[in-house]
Amino acid sequence: MRRVVITGLGLVSPLACGVEASWKKLTAGQSAARRIDQFDVSDLSCQIACQIPRGDGSDGTFNPDDWMEPKEQRKVDDFIIYAMAAATQALENAGWKPTDYEDQIRTGVMIGSGIGGLQGIEKASLLFNEKGPRRLSPFFIPGRLINLASGYISIHHGLKGPNHAVVTACSTGAHAIGDASRLVGLGDADVMLAGGTESPICRLALAGFAACKALSTHFNDDPTKASRPYDRDRDGFVMGEGSGVVVLEELEHAKARGATIYAEVIGYGLSGDAYHITAPAEDGDGAYRCMMAAVNRAGIEPVDIDYINAHGTSTPMGDEIELGAVERLFGNAAGKTAMSSTKSATGHLLGAAGAVEAIFSTLAIRDNIVPPTLNLDHPSIDTAIDLVPHNAQQRTVDTVLSNSFGFGGTNASLVLRRYDA
Amino acid sequence: MSDIAERVKKIVVEHLGVEADKVTENASFIDDLGADSLDTVELVMAFEEEFGCEIPDDAAETILTVGDAIKFLEKNSS
Repeated sequence: MRRVVITGLGLVSPLACGVEASWKKLTAGQSAARRIDQFDVSDLSCQIACQIPRGDGSDGTFNPDDWMEPKEQRKVDDFIIYAMAAATQALENAGWKPTDYEDQIRTGVMIGSGIGGLQGIEKASLLFNEKGPRRLSPFFIPGRLINLASGYISIHHGLKGPNHAVVTACSTGAHAIGDASRLVGLGDADVMLAGGTESPICRLALAGFAACKALSTHFNDDPTKASRPYDRDRDGFVMGEGSGVVVLEELEHAKARGATIYAEVIGYGLSGDAYHITAPAEDGDGAYRCMMAAVNRAGIEPVDIDYINAHGTSTPMGDEIELGAVERLFGNAAGKTAMSSTKSATGHLLGAAGAVEAIFSTLAIRDNIVPPTLNLDHPSIDTAIDLVPHNAQQRTVDTVLSNSFGFGGTNASLVLRRYDA
Repeated sequence: MSDIAERVKKIVVEHLGVEADKVTENASFIDDLGADSLDTVELVMAFEEEFGCEIPDDAAETILTVGDAIKFLEKNSS
């Protein structure tokens, strides 16, 4: 396969709108969690989330008008607006603006989402019930469909290559980057915009995930303490929203136009647990096989991995299962690596998580900084792996493994490496 | 200008995101105001909502300009 590198990054996260603003807050150890104030949460067991800071667009705030015309915004759910923002940033960051036909047909889009337009479906079904079918907007369906994130981006930027969307719950973002890198590697496109997007923060999703016993419910009065992966007092994840998009580019294409190369995608692994719809397999075998597949594809040894961006959602079961699988992967070398969960700061962005975390992994390589696991006061089990509690660490980071595991037992791992000319 | 015309123009401005002075009676939704076929479906729904009337599909197909909408609603609104 042809070599594939990352040449552009775009991010709308609960920490900030923008890659650098988000990264700065992440490495400073800030949490994005707060009480939900946009709708009534008084009857919900989880009343907190990591919401995007909205504002006029200055100081890292997110202003939707900067990314999509107001009349278009009305037609779509927020996940499409977030994806448009992240994709536009990524293209600008990469300096790639295909205008002639040949460049356009060689540039594609693969942005996924775990759930898609749940807020719009909730609203439309209530309206339908109240007023009947004649009041249903013609934009109801196209504004909710998951692949319309890729669709809108393609239409807006004139990208005529492969147009695709991934739906694998919380593994979506990682699968999208992995699958899109294969399309570039195999020659279906020279450039792919890839990533994930999610806008799940509504009453329906909070109630639904709470019913699955997946959300944190004991920190409603102390939101920034709620997401605490590996800590003994963790009690579930905190929902996040946003989008991460990267520009993946064939190496020679990137070099020929003098693009900045952030990292190379050298490994991608996938596996299925075949175990349970929401719980990860207790032996961690699916996670292990997924990581091993990525490592084998990369042609490296586990010990070569300097940093692991964990799936680590802060659920009681999942964190230790992943940790056990990583220990099995590393064997006696476990003490040489660092692993942190950036969900401790951003919350869990579901279908966007894997893409957002691939961006943080890329920046870890760029800056030789490992972001921290917040709130890790009392690890629930002993491990030789450095879980980077509380504070970011400066350390050599040349190779990163990023994990994402989703409902249905779907697993994806990416291996990124510093690009050496 | 009639009250109905004012209200029609306001809806068109809001839904299509166009400048008010472009919304003349001769303006065609699709050719002059940048609407697509889905936009026109939504516009008709917005008129129905605003004026408390039903616009059957065959009548909706004849509403191509701002003036068409005003004329229809002047005849049919409650």
